[in-house]
Amino acid sequence: MLPFILKRVFQSFLVLVITGAIAFSMFTFVGDPIDNMLGQERTMEDVERLRAQLGLDKPVPVQYFRFLNEAIQGNFGVSYRQGREVSEIILERAPATLELAALSAIFAVVMGIALGVFTAIRRDGFAANFIMSASLIGVSLPTFLIGILLIYLFSVELGWLPSFGRGEVVQIGGWTTGFLTESGLKALILPAITLGLYQMTLIMRLVRSEMLEVLRQDYIRFARARGLSDRVINFRHALKNTMVPVITVIGLQLGAIIAFAIITETVFQWPGLGLLFINAIQFVDIPVMAAYLMMISVMFVVINLLVDILYAFIDPRLRVSAK
Amino acid sequence: MTEPVLSIRNLTVEIPTRRGLFKPVQNVSYDIHPGEIRGVVGESGAGKSMTGNAVIGLLDEPARIASGEIWLKGRRIDNLSAEEKRAIRGREIGMIFQDPLTSLNPLFTIGEQLVETIQLHLKVSASEAKERALALLERVSIPDPKTRFDQYPHQFSGGMRQRVVIALALCSEPSVIVADEPTTALDVSIQAQVLDLIKELASETQVGVILVTHDMGVIADTTEQVTVMYSGEVVENGPTDKVLSAPEHEYTKSLISAVPRPQVKLHRFPQVSYGGRETTFKIEDLARNWHKPELSKSGKLVEVKGITKKFLEKSALLPSRRTYFTAVDDVSFDIKDGEVFGLVGESGSGKSTVARMIGTLLPVDGGQIHFDGDDVTAMSAVEMANYRKQIQMIFQDPFSSLNPRMKVESIVAEPLLHHKLLPPDQVSGRVHELLDRVGLTRAAATKYPHEFSGGQRQRISIARALATQPRFLICDEPTSALDVSIQAQILNILKDLQEHLGLTMLFISHDLPVVRQMCDRVGVMKQGQLIEVQDTETLFANPEQAYTAQLLDLMPRLAQLSS
Repeated sequence: MLPFILKRVFQSFLVLVITGAIAFSMFTFVGDPIDNMLGQERTMEDVERLRAQLGLDKPVPVQYFRFLNEAIQGNFGVSYRQGREVSEIILERAPATLELAALSAIFAVVMGIALGVFTAIRRDGFAANFIMSASLIGVSLPTFLIGILLIYLFSVELGWLPSFGRGEVVQIGGWTTGFLTESGLKALILPAITLGLYQMTLIMRLVRSEMLEVLRQDYIRFARARGLSDRVINFRHALKNTMVPVITVIGLQLGAIIAFAIITETVFQWPGLGLLFINAIQFVDIPVMAAYLMMISVMFVVINLLVDILYAFIDPRLRVSAK
Repeated sequence: MTEPVLSIRNLTVEIPTRRGLFKPVQNVSYDIHPGEIRGVVGESGAGKSMTGNAVIGLLDEPARIASGEIWLKGRRIDNLSAEEKRAIRGREIGMIFQDPLTSLNPLFTIGEQLVETIQLHLKVSASEAKERALALLERVSIPDPKTRFDQYPHQFSGGMRQRVVIALALCSEPSVIVADEPTTALDVSIQAQVLDLIKELASETQVGVILVTHDMGVIADTTEQVTVMYSGEVVENGPTDKVLSAPEHEYTKSLISAVPRPQVKLHRFPQVSYGGRETTFKIEDLARNWHKPELSKSGKLVEVKGITKKFLEKSALLPSRRTYFTAVDDVSFDIKDGEVFGLVGESGSGKSTVARMIGTLLPVDGGQIHFDGDDVTAMSAVEMANYRKQIQMIFQDPFSSLNPRMKVESIVAEPLLHHKLLPPDQVSGRVHELLDRVGLTRAAATKYPHEFSGGQRQRISIARALATQPRFLICDEPTSALDVSIQAQILNILKDLQEHLGLTMLFISHDLPVVRQMCDRVGVMKQGQLIEVQDTETLFANPEQAYTAQLLDLMPRLAQLSS
């Protein structure tokens, strides 16, 4: 088991070094930030001074090494736009996105698995068929449209839920949370559904087809022949086997939830990282973009590492071959 | 005589289809007494398994019991509710399935699966259940039950898994066990052990066993009573020795005569002729459009010289710390022009690996393979394409060796088009001719593989293999997945082809009677090594090696059969 984990950790490290190189190369290739930071009325001295201050006058490998070294310590330099530490800006914005992502991930996984199992067991039932058809809408509508429709229905027409922002937040240490106030919770519902809907339908459809496949297997038949009840067969024997391939996809999708929160955050004016990133792109605020890229890749890598370990934990056959 | 523990009375099972009701089981009646093993025999589709499924209440929708009664220990069980039937399953009636590799849930330890079943049926504590599980494992002769208890199914061999399955079926001392082809997926020596275990358990625990099989040898060896089924109906019922030695019904007679005899060599395999289904095809047509048998320079078409294959068992960073499993160890033999060379051995002995290396599906790790004097292991790409054209393979499983998304015509035409053997406008004609040759109609060309039975699919495989007009045919267990009557047809086709087209063949099988009929010379493999090569007759009459003698000894005998 341990060599397997070490191998995966090493691979993850390689991935991070490569994304680091991509993030860094943005500094060199995506225009000259000095042009953006100093307006039309600049002197050569100003340009030189800022260049030296930002370390842009050094050779490329030196800059890369410095970048990596700083990045490991969580230091991504100064935002070109706001003139503040990037890490500070990100830490300030991260709670909003992480809370939103966590809630929609829970929504997607719990509802996706529950509905997937339901539609697999009641394969020909009316409810199952209805859910399957309705889920097609979930996959085919673009996220922003779903967000707008939800806002129209629940905020504009019914007036039940707020249409933008986080509501009231509570400060706990360096973390701001919307989970503790009523308006904060209310504000979370629509964006979480919007963000998680696509992932939910995807997980549901995958669970359903995997489960149908598993239910056809001989060991399920044999479990029936042993007299086990349907509940034990469906939720113990079949579900565990269903989860083996599903977990991989869930891992990738969780990463995607965080990475692609951008659209949802824009629709709901959610003060999170996605919105920060959009603004950074508009302004060519490279340190923010680089930091965002690094953060997302770290999350992807960590989640997939956990998934791989979980995978081996669930499937004993993998444990043996991984030795 | 004692009261029967299970009685089936006039059972009819029906399946509604678009073309009306289809009745896979009609008016079937038989009894099982305590401690008795009743064989149920017949070809696939005869309704044997369907009857077993009806007994344990596991008929797949939309099949249903149309009429008849099933009595278990004086209680009628066919009309119980689903929940009541479930309560009987596993507790009163145990079940053993054909394939031990797929009947256990791969994600749970066998201990977990045993304890779960025991606790379901007997209201006992977890520790008592574990104790009972260990005792059961001990009972079915699993060595070191304490360690095995915490292991997963993939850590067990096929035979061991079938023992675990039997232990699971015995969890709550059932009165009847339905064993559906329990040894079909196992090789001869393991089969003998598992059958012995079932016999022992029947006499010891007085459990009644329904043994469903298509193997006459197993019936003769194991059962006391036998029921012969044909197309959903019981055609004969009685004590095994009586039915086998003096069959009354025509179908039983022809079924028994179709079983390949280990004792004698016949020119053709007798076919099951009942029901007028013996397919014939025009032998004189065989050689049309076929090249003259080409003779090799040395008279030896294939020379295998010391080939070795190693599989990585444990990987490591340092090459010196890697461990390998030697699947084929320094194997050498020759195959002469027009000869059928047989390879026999238990599963895992390396037979198929040898075939794959000759077919260039696996690279060799040492040694050489010469085909008509040319070294196959050192061929250029062009020579290799030419070699591949001259050899073709037929595999064991006719279900997975044909692409389900391709029509038969495209399947058979593929080698012709790939090797550019014919201009495209002549391909279709040749495909029809090939299908004729293996006894299929032209209409078959436009169908998909799933529309055919196992035997017909194997014919398609043969037609595909013949498309390139090969000189050498590798048959890897070509009939192991088929039942006796179909097996005879396929083997006869191969035999005719071999004789009329002068084909050279490598024939791999674990079925010794079949090997005796098919092969001119036989090699015996054991744990990767070729331990004996003999003329077939010599080998069967006077085996040199003790291991060969042991293998011959394990063949299910049909001593009672009059032939």
